Amino acid sequence: MNIKVLGSGCNKCKALERVTRKALAELDLTADLDKVEDYSTILSYGVMSTPALVVNDEVVLSGRVPTVAQVRAILASHAA
Amino acid sequence: MTTTGDARERVRARLRSPVGRWIGVAAAALVWSVAYRLNGPLWDWLLYNAIGLDRSTRLASSLHFFGYDSVKITLLLVGIIFVVTVLRSFMSVERTRALLGGRREGVGNVMAAGLGVVTPFCSCSAVPAFIGFVAAGVPIGVTLSFLIASPLVNEIAVGLLASMFGWKIALLYVAAGLVVAISAGWLLGRLGVQKWVEPFVFETHLGGQIIDSTAGLSLGDRLQMGREEVVNILRKIWPYLLVGIGVGALIHGWAPTDFFARYAGAGNPVAVLIAVGVGIPLYSNAAGVMPLVLALHDKGLPMGTLLAFMMSVVALSLPEMILLRRVLKPQLIAVYVAVVAVGIIAVGYLFNLLLT
Repeated sequence: MNIKVLGSGCNKCKALERVTRKALAELDLTADLDKVEDYSTILSYGVMSTPALVVNDEVVLSGRVPTVAQVRAILASHAA
Repeated sequence: MTTTGDARERVRARLRSPVGRWIGVAAAALVWSVAYRLNGPLWDWLLYNAIGLDRSTRLASSLHFFGYDSVKITLLLVGIIFVVTVLRSFMSVERTRALLGGRREGVGNVMAAGLGVVTPFCSCSAVPAFIGFVAAGVPIGVTLSFLIASPLVNEIAVGLLASMFGWKIALLYVAAGLVVAISAGWLLGRLGVQKWVEPFVFETHLGGQIIDSTAGLSLGDRLQMGREEVVNILRKIWPYLLVGIGVGALIHGWAPTDFFARYAGAGNPVAVLIAVGVGIPLYSNAAGVMPLVLALHDKGLPMGTLLAFMMSVVALSLPEMILLRRVLKPQLIAVYVAVVAVGIIAVGYLFNLLLT
């Protein structure tokens, strides 16, 4: 599984990364987690509201920081 | 599982249903309004009866301002931020972009300023939003109207102004902010500032499907966003709030009644200029400035000067300018700050004339 956190280093982006790592740990999953800070790349995903979460090149969430449980549900459905 | 466990699980499921959520919201609203009503009597009782301070002393007056206003402003913030966040979750930057795409200047500036007020927008997303708007064919001046209106006309400030000074002042503030955003954006567009936008903005393309950040959220999601925003904003601004209320309390108790009125009152022609000059480098949320505004208003400062001060604090901030520097050249940043500052100063003088 390949996960990207899109966002230019603001607090909410760091929070999303933290929540995602926690969800991964709780699910006992390993995945590549990249941070994308380059605006052109962020926009190439069609994302205008950061932070955003991309799983296997699909944008699953944008513009807010979800709860760990929400990320867990998203990741579980993609891992299956 | 035991029967009590089953029962507990059933209660939890019922709380998660839409009806359960609305009951939760209604209960929270009830607790809120009781706390709001009790705030005044409680501080009166604590300071004047339990501790036995003399009402007429400066110390008592300052302590009462600090205690009563801290609780009052915090309660107002909690209520206003929650309601505003839940309502705004039905709009998104992406929807605003679709509405503005292909609009001409003029109408576009008016729409952009209006949408800037109601669209949920974090200044940390200013750069991708700017590029997204330009890529959708939204003129630079129209995009700037959006970016100016978004922090300038702040719903939290509207709510606080309405509950402290009445709806007339709150509506005047909204109208003035919109006029500044519309005319500043329009003027910047007319000045042909396109050449001062970083070239990469015009070369960036948005990929495939635009992701709408608030589409398909459940009621529970929206209520949760409201709760989180309350916590986030309060956690961020509480030091400003305490300093603001503290300074407000000192002014309230110790500054001579006519001190500010004499030096910065309606009679001083440069008062608005000074207020905006002081306000621009200060950076805080509208909520952090409001206690100061309240205390200075008590001391006889005219509303126009105070609104100009508040607007300059919230609308022009160094962190946002640093972010916008990624897409705008320094010349455009300078003109942007100058045009918005002139607009705010004009609002200050106009209101001082209108309201006296």
